[in-house]
Amino acid sequence: MVKSHLEITLQNTELSIKFYGKFDLYLISKYEKQISDFKLTNVKTVNLDMSNLEFLDTASAIFINSLEKDFLSKPKILNIICDNKIILDTLKLTKNSTYSNVYMEQKNSFLGDFGKNLVLRYKDFISFIEFFGLVFVAFLKYIISPKSIRFREIFFEINESAIKAFVIISITSFLIGLVVAYQSAYQLKLYGANIFIVDMLGISIFRELSPLITAIVIAGRSGSAYTAQIGAMKITQELDAMKTMGFDPFAFLVLPRIIALMIAMPLLIFLSDMMAIFGGMIISNIDLSISTELFLSRFNEVIDIKHFYIGIIKGPFFAFLIASIGIYRGLMVKDDTQSIGFNTTKSVVESIFAVIICDAVFSIAFTNLGI
Amino acid sequence: MSVVIKAQGVKTVFGEKIVHNGLNFSINKGEIFGLLGPSGCGKTTLLREMVMLQEIQSGSLEVLGYDVTKITHKNAQKLRQQWGVLFQAGALFSSLSIAQNIALPLFEYTDLSKKMIDEIVKFKIDIVGLKLSDANLFPSEISGGMKKKAGLARALAMDPKLLFLDEPTSGLDPISARDFDALILKLRELLGLTIVMVSHDLRSINDTVDRAAIIDEKKIVYEGALDNISSIDSKFIQTFFGESYE
Repeated sequence: MVKSHLEITLQNTELSIKFYGKFDLYLISKYEKQISDFKLTNVKTVNLDMSNLEFLDTASAIFINSLEKDFLSKPKILNIICDNKIILDTLKLTKNSTYSNVYMEQKNSFLGDFGKNLVLRYKDFISFIEFFGLVFVAFLKYIISPKSIRFREIFFEINESAIKAFVIISITSFLIGLVVAYQSAYQLKLYGANIFIVDMLGISIFRELSPLITAIVIAGRSGSAYTAQIGAMKITQELDAMKTMGFDPFAFLVLPRIIALMIAMPLLIFLSDMMAIFGGMIISNIDLSISTELFLSRFNEVIDIKHFYIGIIKGPFFAFLIASIGIYRGLMVKDDTQSIGFNTTKSVVESIFAVIICDAVFSIAFTNLGI
Repeated sequence: MSVVIKAQGVKTVFGEKIVHNGLNFSINKGEIFGLLGPSGCGKTTLLREMVMLQEIQSGSLEVLGYDVTKITHKNAQKLRQQWGVLFQAGALFSSLSIAQNIALPLFEYTDLSKKMIDEIVKFKIDIVGLKLSDANLFPSEISGGMKKKAGLARALAMDPKLLFLDEPTSGLDPISARDFDALILKLRELLGLTIVMVSHDLRSINDTVDRAAIIDEKKIVYEGALDNISSIDSKFIQTFFGESYE
């Protein structure tokens, strides 16, 4: 077998390019350089000699075709010398396939992109409103016929997203109580205002910290799980199968999750309250030498029950936001696996954001109401 | 012969792309009807439109006497209990075992006792050729072919009059595929089913399909029995049926 190489000879105005051996896509750039090294200004005739060529792949055939086009446009006389039918066929095949590059280049203009983005956002918003409408309708159906409430699913979800979250919520809240107490103890000691740690811990934990910590942990834990579960069900066509069997996914999947979380959230916030205060109490005892009895009696005196209720009442609202955003994102998953990851990320980010907005609204409302 | 499904001027548009432009066909009771055509011609879309997973943009589509374009919620629920759908990959509910998957519609729609439902489930598992020992496995634990069989068993759970199959033999080995064909023919004979199926499997089409509609270039290019199909002037038909079809 001949070693693959290119032989280029220039005689007066005639350029001969001889191909030897095999010509495949690994050789294209080398050959291209070799050919371009020749000054072609005086050349009138080009001979492409492929009679010694044993094999030509399609990429190289495309290269030869473009070479041919190039020479013909100069204009020069071109002779192709080849008697191998297979090679000629390959050349012909690659020449015949006319591919238009209409789809290749799509011009992006700033205004166009902006408009497209705007329409997309608008559609997103409309579909989210539609989702709420459907949740509401499904909820009405539950009320009209309580028999259709999926109690089993609701209890299953309470177990999944609340009972199983007890440990993580406890530990997180305990540590938060510990840290907050530790940091403020240092400051309070400066003023000798040791006992006020009770007021501080009680109000901040009951009103703000516990609901927020719980909501963030649940958004990361259950919100993402809802998105991934429902997204996967959508990809495997389980949702379609449910619809064709006449099972409303809103009654079977969406509402049980929302209701379960709305029931479970206040319980979790309660747990978080207890653990955070417990953490704070330990630090008060060690760092500020406030005994447990003193801590509790002061607590009884200064912390109104309303602070506790305010924290608890936020629970169902946060739960509704987390569950519905998680599920909505799950339903938005398209038929590819990438979109599960994309939507899960979005679900967690959006639900935490929504929770914080909601908390701010509550904060302003309660303060203005004087509660 | 009464008509089970009747389509008139069905038009489907995705964004700017027209998928179907005025499809007309009808499917008679008791026949196995094939929806054929090149990839991307919208066979599965048409199937999804028949089972109300997607809406058509204009025209009318009648299934078992109901016009699915303007059906009420109540009638839609009634209709859904009269058909069974087998999805391409089975679409079994991953949180339920095979037996629970099959039993689900029975639990939801009937007031049969648990014992009775168990009996029915056993029968369905047996009739589609699954082993009873597989009944308690979960969808993630079984092979693609078994998923299809289990999906078929679930589709048959309510003894539907109408069965939709989306590429029932794709992804099956040739022996399972022929078994599946035989099963479909047997079911039609036993239960008097009307079967609508989308398929690419030429052997399966020849063995089972009575009549077919061939979609190409957004239109139905042929509707009828496959006997004299090769005389039709369509690029798809010529390449698909031309040489291999006797």
